[in-house]
Amino acid sequence: MTEPIIKFDKVVKAFGSFVVLNKLDFEVKPGEKVTIIGPSGSGKSTVLRILMTLEPITDGVVYVDGQPLWHEKSGDGSLKPAGEPHLRKMREKMGMVFQQFNLFPHMTVRRNITEAPIQVLGIAKSEARDRANELLEMVGLTEHADKYPHQLSGGQQQRVGIARALAMRPKIMLFDEPTSALDPELVGEVLNVIRKLAEEHDLTMLLVTHEMNFARQISDRVCFFDQGRMLEEAPPEELFTNPKEQRTREFLKAVLEGN
Amino acid sequence: MDWTQYLNPLMQGALVTIELTIYSTILGAILSFAAGIGKTARNPVIKVIAATYIEIFRGTSLLVQLFWLYFALPVAGQAMGIDLRLPPVVAGVLALSLNIGAYGAEVVRGAIQAVSKDQYEAAKALNFTPRKTLWRIALPQAIPEMMPAFGNLAIQNLKDTALVSLISLSDLAFRAEQLRNFTQDSTTIYTMALFMYFGLALVLTAMMKLLERYVSRWRVGAR
Repeated sequence: MTEPIIKFDKVVKAFGSFVVLNKLDFEVKPGEKVTIIGPSGSGKSTVLRILMTLEPITDGVVYVDGQPLWHEKSGDGSLKPAGEPHLRKMREKMGMVFQQFNLFPHMTVRRNITEAPIQVLGIAKSEARDRANELLEMVGLTEHADKYPHQLSGGQQQRVGIARALAMRPKIMLFDEPTSALDPELVGEVLNVIRKLAEEHDLTMLLVTHEMNFARQISDRVCFFDQGRMLEEAPPEELFTNPKEQRTREFLKAVLEGN
Repeated sequence: MDWTQYLNPLMQGALVTIELTIYSTILGAILSFAAGIGKTARNPVIKVIAATYIEIFRGTSLLVQLFWLYFALPVAGQAMGIDLRLPPVVAGVLALSLNIGAYGAEVVRGAIQAVSKDQYEAAKALNFTPRKTLWRIALPQAIPEMMPAFGNLAIQNLKDTALVSLISLSDLAFRAEQLRNFTQDSTTIYTMALFMYFGLALVLTAMMKLLERYVSRWRVGAR
């Protein structure tokens, strides 16, 4: 039994009186590829944003790689809210791909990828450049290295976004609806890159998406979220063909008919 | 007297005006960034210092600031036993740049705060420190946004330099006044002074445009 690399223990996230995550229990094992699906407002993106430390939690404990993410142990062993140094250390473990890409518009594609390794990890420029070239080849953008983000299509920008996150060598990759902002004909190229990553690397991957077919192909496990809780989880074949919960059936029916 | 005879003294004045404009615009820009960034700081002490500076210099008259630095400060210094007499150039440049810096600070603050939240989130996800996020992510995107307003402030600063003639600095306005007292040829002299200010403003605008193009070069073709 391997220890989970991500563990949510009765996590509550509330904005004022609006509860986004309602005592969520959720685990991901190292190397596992997990997809979260669910209606909007079900809290699925919030899970990723909490992990990336973009959103603090209201209650409960999140563990990443065996350590509490939003807490640190004080002298007597009890948990206290984490300070910035702890959060910085924890952030190193994760990389995030955003729905809107969030590339740095004033930097070339290559610099988007090398900037954080150089400035944050202190890697030598030449080394960062070599690594960026490898990543650009992996995402098929070698010839666009010296362009600026606005000169690329959405699909190309998102592939840069993936390369940029990978350049920090995270253990866990978080994908927050990576294809939702793309024109339909550009979705495939991004999914292919993510698929390749899933097949060739032992990265832990947590993906929020509406691409059900894709989720089915690459996931070890699919989780259905509804109203701030995980209502059902199962291997993709099982969840998509034989969902146990009424809500899951309704959601899948609505989504698949919509396509 | 022929108008060409006014040209030389007016040109000498224009040189002083140019000098004052360059020094005070550069110093003003530095103050703008210091106070504008200070106002976005999380440290409350820095924030209060920046806000106080901005409000004081935006809320008082430039002419009074100038007189205060030149006439009042030495007297205050004398009372404390310190020599705070400033040469007119220093008092002039200081008053102009403190004034323009206060206006510029609001431009800097606004532009930094207009950088999208997404950019700050991406920087955080890549573990940039707040300082590196400011210098490497936010400011390079904010500076092009500041440029049109900075252009206006620079022009305003050029015209405000005329006030320093009141503390006997021989700038363009001072020379014009001097010539008029001597010759009574108001129309010719002030018309020439007007055109000279206008010419300087055109050059300054062109320079600011070049600077704007330089800091926005990554945006070519965007939008």
